[in-house]
Amino acid sequence: MRIRTLLILITVTAVAAGCASQSSDPQTSAKAAQMMKASFKERGQAKLDRLDQDETQRLCSLYAGNALPKDVATRIEAANLSSIKYPSDGKLVGDWKAGEKIAQEGRGKQFSDDPTGPVGANCYACHQLAPQEVSYGTIGPSLYLFGKTRGYTDETRKYAWGKVFNPEAYAACSNMPRFGHNGILTEAQIRDVVALLMDPASPVNH
Amino acid sequence: MMQNRRRLAACMGGVALAAFVSLAVGQGSTVDEIAKYRAALQDGNPAELWEARGEDLWKKPRGPKQVAFARCDLGLGAGVVKGAYARMPRYFADAGRVMDLEARLLYCMTTQQGISDADAHKNLFGNGSERKSDMEALVAYVTSESRGTKMDVSLDDPRVKEMYALGEKMFYFRGGPHDFACATCHGEDAKRIRLQDLPNLTSKEGAQKAYTTWPAYRVSQGELRTFQWRLYDCFRQQRFPELVYGSDASIALTTFLARNANGAAYDAPAIKR
Repeated sequence: MRIRTLLILITVTAVAAGCASQSSDPQTSAKAAQMMKASFKERGQAKLDRLDQDETQRLCSLYAGNALPKDVATRIEAANLSSIKYPSDGKLVGDWKAGEKIAQEGRGKQFSDDPTGPVGANCYACHQLAPQEVSYGTIGPSLYLFGKTRGYTDETRKYAWGKVFNPEAYAACSNMPRFGHNGILTEAQIRDVVALLMDPASPVNH
Repeated sequence: MMQNRRRLAACMGGVALAAFVSLAVGQGSTVDEIAKYRAALQDGNPAELWEARGEDLWKKPRGPKQVAFARCDLGLGAGVVKGAYARMPRYFADAGRVMDLEARLLYCMTTQQGISDADAHKNLFGNGSERKSDMEALVAYVTSESRGTKMDVSLDDPRVKEMYALGEKMFYFRGGPHDFACATCHGEDAKRIRLQDLPNLTSKEGAQKAYTTWPAYRVSQGELRTFQWRLYDCFRQQRFPELVYGSDASIALTTFLARNANGAAYDAPAIKR
C-alpha cells in the first residue's frame, strides 16, 4: 500500500511539473524485462546475464523520467557507498599519462570488442578534461581544472577515487558507469584516472 | 593526444553528416561550414541506389515459390507500399503479431515466397563491401514510398498499445556493466558524445527528427542501414547482448519511437555520417 501511495504521489508531482514521465508501473516493467530476455542472444563476452538488473539498476529504471523519491535516492547512495573499495596500499594517485590514455579509450565490454582488452573508461565521450582535447562530449559536467578548483587534498583524492569507482554513491541514478563496482576498470586503471584528475602536473589542471 | 587532429577531422566529418546539428556554444563558424558540407551531400544520396535495387526486388518473383511481394500486405492491402511505413508498426492478424516493416518482410518471405527462416535471416546487414543485403534494399524502397507522408502510428489496437508501453519501459531499462539505458544518451536536449550530437528521444521534436530520418545511408559504412540495424548497434554500444533481428523487444522499442514521431512528415532514406 505504501509503495502504491508513493507511486501515485510521484506521478501527480511529475504531471504537475509537466515532466515527460513514463508510467511507474512495476508490472509492465517486469513484463518488459521478460520480453527482453527472449529478444536478446548472447554474443562474445556479452552474455544474457547482462540483462539481470541489480537493485540500483532496477530502481533507477523504474523511476527514470520521473522525480526520484528522496528515500529511494538515499537508499541507493548508501548501498553503493558501502561497496567502494579503496586500494589496500592506500595509494590513490597513479600516472596521469596512463590515465589520459584510459580516458581516450572507447573500447571495452562490447560484444564486438576483444575480451582480452583493451578496456577504457572513455571519459572524453561525456566530459571535458584536458583542454588540448577538443573532441569531448557533454553528457557529464566539465572536469577541466578538477583538482585545482577543489584543492589537492586527501579528501578530494578520496572523493575522486570513490566517484570513479561508484558514482551512484554520491548521485543516485547518475548516468556515469560504476567503473570499479562493476569491474570495468582495474584498481591500477582507476589510480591512473584519479591522477589525470588530481595530479597538479596533469593537463586537466592547467 | 597525438591523434587528436586526426580524430577531430573524423569527428567533424561525423558531425557534418549527422542528422541533428544543434550546436555547442563557441563553435559557430565550424558549424556553418559543417552545415554547408552536409547540405552538399544531401544533393546526392547513394541511398537512391538501394531504393532502385529494392524496387526491383519488390516486383520480381522470388524464392522457391516464385512469388513477388505484390501479395505482401504491409497493412494497407496486398502489395500497397505507398504510405505503409509511416503507419508501422501495426498488428497483423494473419501473423497474430505486432510487426515492424522488417519483421513483416521476413514474414512475407517465409510464408508466401517459400524462403526458409534461416535463408530469410541470412545477410540482413551488408558488409560495407561486395556483399550487399537484399533486406536493406527492400527497406530502402518501401520506406522511400512514405517520404512526405505524416507519421501516423495508431495505438487503437490494444496489442500495439501494449507494445508501446513495453517499448517505453525498454527505453528506460538500465543494465549491463555500464548501467546504460537508451535514456542515458537520449534523455536530454543538446547533449553530445564527443562531437556527435544526440537526439533527445523523450521530446516530441527529438523523436520526430530522429525517427523520420531512418533508414539512412551511412557514409562511414558505405551501406544503407535500417531501423533494426540502428537499434542493434545502439544496444551493442550499450554493452548489452545482441538484439535479435525482428524480435518482440526490437518491435516494442520501434513502436515507442515511431508513435512518438506521429505528426511529422517522414523523410527517409536519409544520409548520415
